Amino acid sequence: MAPATTGGRAERWRSGRRPLVLALLVAAFAMALATLVPGIASAQGERLVGTLQTSRSGPIEGVEVTVETATGEEVASVETDEDGRFAIDLPAAGTYTISLDEDALPDGVALGTGGASRDVTVDTGRSQPVNFGLVDGSSNAGGGSVEAVQLLVDGIRFGLLIAVCAVGLSLIFGTTGLTNFAHGELVTIGAVIAWYINVRGGIPLIPATVIAMIAGAGVGILNERAVWRPLRRRGTGLVAALVVSIGLSMVLRYAVQIVYGGFSNPYADYQSQRAVDYGVFTMTNRSLASIIISVVVLVLVALMLQRTKIGKAMRAVSDNRDLAASSGIDVDRVILVVWMMGGALATLGGVLLGLSDQVQWDMGFRLLLLMFAGVTLGGLGTAYGALIGSLIVGVFVQMSTLVIPSDVKYVGGLLLLIVILVLRPQGILGSRARIG
Amino acid sequence: MSDLIDAFQVAGKAFFGFQAIFFALLAIGINVHFGYTGLLNFGQIAFAMLGGFGIAISVSQWGLNFWVGVLVGIAAAVVLALLLGLPTLRLRADYLAIVTIATAEGLRLLFRSVSATPVTGGTRGLSAFNTDFIALAPWDTARRYNILGTSWSGGELWVALVGWLVVTAFSLLVWQLMRSPWGRVVKAIREDEDAVRALGKNVYSYKMQALVLGGVIGSFGGMVYAIGTGSAIPDQYQNANTFLAYAALILGGAARVLGPVIGSMLLLFILQFADTGLRALISNGVIPDTLLSSTDVAQIRFVLVGIGLMLLLVFRPQGIFGDRREVMLDAR
Repeated sequence: MAPATTGGRAERWRSGRRPLVLALLVAAFAMALATLVPGIASAQGERLVGTLQTSRSGPIEGVEVTVETATGEEVASVETDEDGRFAIDLPAAGTYTISLDEDALPDGVALGTGGASRDVTVDTGRSQPVNFGLVDGSSNAGGGSVEAVQLLVDGIRFGLLIAVCAVGLSLIFGTTGLTNFAHGELVTIGAVIAWYINVRGGIPLIPATVIAMIAGAGVGILNERAVWRPLRRRGTGLVAALVVSIGLSMVLRYAVQIVYGGFSNPYADYQSQRAVDYGVFTMTNRSLASIIISVVVLVLVALMLQRTKIGKAMRAVSDNRDLAASSGIDVDRVILVVWMMGGALATLGGVLLGLSDQVQWDMGFRLLLLMFAGVTLGGLGTAYGALIGSLIVGVFVQMSTLVIPSDVKYVGGLLLLIVILVLRPQGILGSRARIG
Repeated sequence: MSDLIDAFQVAGKAFFGFQAIFFALLAIGINVHFGYTGLLNFGQIAFAMLGGFGIAISVSQWGLNFWVGVLVGIAAAVVLALLLGLPTLRLRADYLAIVTIATAEGLRLLFRSVSATPVTGGTRGLSAFNTDFIALAPWDTARRYNILGTSWSGGELWVALVGWLVVTAFSLLVWQLMRSPWGRVVKAIREDEDAVRALGKNVYSYKMQALVLGGVIGSFGGMVYAIGTGSAIPDQYQNANTFLAYAALILGGAARVLGPVIGSMLLLFILQFADTGLRALISNGVIPDTLLSSTDVAQIRFVLVGIGLMLLLVFRPQGIFGDRREVMLDAR
């Protein structure tokens, strides 16, 4: 059999909108995916589709796009709509020349090296995406952002997102001792459920996320009730449980790929936002919302752990399970609540990740390594440690792109993990006794 | 019915092909780590990748001799094992698990990155480094040979022959080692590390030796794979392969010399049989198109392996040949 090449796992975190200062260009994403967004009916015949936008200007409306056949006969001419999209139906498969009206572009937006026209070959029945590499020179001239600050802010957003996902992982480890390699799949499943409700169901993203979080909590419960509680009852060892979680992770990951497919898709809402200039950095409103939501949720989790009865019970079980049980705490119930919370939080993290990158079948698995790095850095099993550790990992990974190319920034995160293990294996908040 | 026979034939070839050798060598290495020493190495594929790219880079980028490439691959695996072991072997078992899994993924990302492209060929990888090796074959490699109804090219046969010899050699080595005093210490570490320490053994050093040995065996797996496919592409070395090797090991029986070998052959047979069989059922319309399409088959195999791995661990952790008492591990 062929080895496990799933291919095309290209750029992992496209979140790194890095060199906004240096970069003259923010290419216009003329995505094939535009066809997947509801509102544009899916085509039966051949067509050309695309989107005109840059991160500064936002979507560009009212630019005329013309298609000609190879012999110079005009097929059609349309203007882009308010989302910057265009779609042109073609009479048949073949080679066409598509061009846009350069003069209609707004100030500051210019054509990239590719020029104003493209020759495209369209196969039978295919909706062919076209990308005019639009250049956004304005960020160079008026550039208020400082790269390091920009990366710091991006890193904080990313770190908070990791923390939201990782709190559950850490609490599960603390209460059950399980190193759950299937936690990434909770993230993926949550994000995918939200995608189905949002894109297929046509429900706005915010209520869709709430529904998905409830479903995610359900997935967490299912995990505990169907797999982990029976295994604990059987007295399965922790190493065996760890390998089982890897098996579970494989099952869920590839099951998601079968159901959802191997593509990455965006949510329907909040996609075409332009970055707001804050002086030393720029940020889209959805990134700002992501930061605020993460902070609020993490503060709520902290309050719950400190103040509520169930939160105290969680910390007690983490600390000493037998003692907790003998003090009258229903350990199984506490663990169930932890799984529920873990599932819901992972879902939220998944949606935030899907918003900044896109929804993909293995998004959670890729995040898992960073979650582990964060949790280990903070101290395995401590909720607050997971929070601090994740934040540091997120910032470190983004800031490291100042020095190293962005496609290897994860390797930086990994090196950080190894250095921590050498210097302080118990993590920032962990206790010496736990590491054995 | 003919579909079924076809599926059997294709699967029968998988039983002996270089992919079975690849997984067998990965699993023998994991057996040394996990089965005998109790180390949780979940990044075995990284060793294989270093082995494969050791040859590929040495031969096609640096223009070195093929055998020097083999040495480079081994050396790279040793270095990786030392780097992984240094920070983690003193810690609890799951730390090694996290670090190895992260390293395997990180190394693959590094090898496929744009900045590494001048050396590793990036996402497209390297090729044309196995001609020296194939030329050593004592028969005509351009012809195809029919053996028991399966068709092999001369090159494939040569790779398979040498590969199984390597598997045999390592199996013998592991068998002898585990009967030696060294093997007894290592097995004792798996059972009770503190007791071994109390007897005055340097546990850390033994664990490190086991990690290096298993890693080198894994790197040979990567070499066989790279030679067999004739190319080395970073994305061939997905970490799912490590888990497949774990499944093979546990299926065959951990802490048994032949466990990983038999396990890999069976696993590949099952995978290939499921693959061909499912495709046939779908194209015949036995399984309706709406339920599954033939593009889903590749994923279904992983789902099946995952389920199999879970069920094995829960209900028969010793696999086919193992001893249940030897595999009830626990990371304190």
